[in-house]
Amino acid sequence: MLRISKKTIEAMISHAQDELPLEACGYLAADKNGLVVRHYPMSNTDASGEHFSMDPAEQFAAVKDMRGRGLALRAVYHSHPETPARPSAEDIKLAFDPAVSYVIVSLAGKTPVTKSFRIENGRVSPEEIKEERP
Amino acid sequence: MEVTVNGEKKRYDCRAMPVDALLADNRVEAPEMVSVQLNGRIIDRQRYRDTLVVDRDEVEFLYFMGGGR
Repeated sequence: MLRISKKTIEAMISHAQDELPLEACGYLAADKNGLVVRHYPMSNTDASGEHFSMDPAEQFAAVKDMRGRGLALRAVYHSHPETPARPSAEDIKLAFDPAVSYVIVSLAGKTPVTKSFRIENGRVSPEEIKEERP
Repeated sequence: MEVTVNGEKKRYDCRAMPVDALLADNRVEAPEMVSVQLNGRIIDRQRYRDTLVVDRDEVEFLYFMGGGR
């Protein structure tokens, strides 16, 4: 289960909406209790509405910032501007880190849809998202 | 030697080791999909085999993150 604060999930969705028509991407960091409390918006170096790649320099900076705040990398998120919130074949192929969850924000419908998945060796497992306050 | 890997100190029973060996020791199965920072500098993937990590070095590694619709 992915536990995430309401404030963080809203900030992540706002980031996805702000980046339209491009795909947005970023990291989600959890506190010591496992609750995701912070999002780290990243540049999509592909600058595409159909693909994303993170900038390694930004990734390193984000992870170090997390460490300094007592947080840990919990998940990676990206948006699907025009397709459902499910991992594409490319998403699955490029999911190399089994230690994190893969969160997708779909903006294809009237209301954003957010789903989380674990992906290991090409095997995809849906993961429940529990929104918590604050 | 003592090396800090992703913020955690680790001891290795050697004086130096290549980056690719350190990644293998840290259970990285696809080193070509990993970015490595050695003492704050990103290392070219082609140099993982011939770049040595030595005592008191700081190594960070993380996976490439990308995808498509």
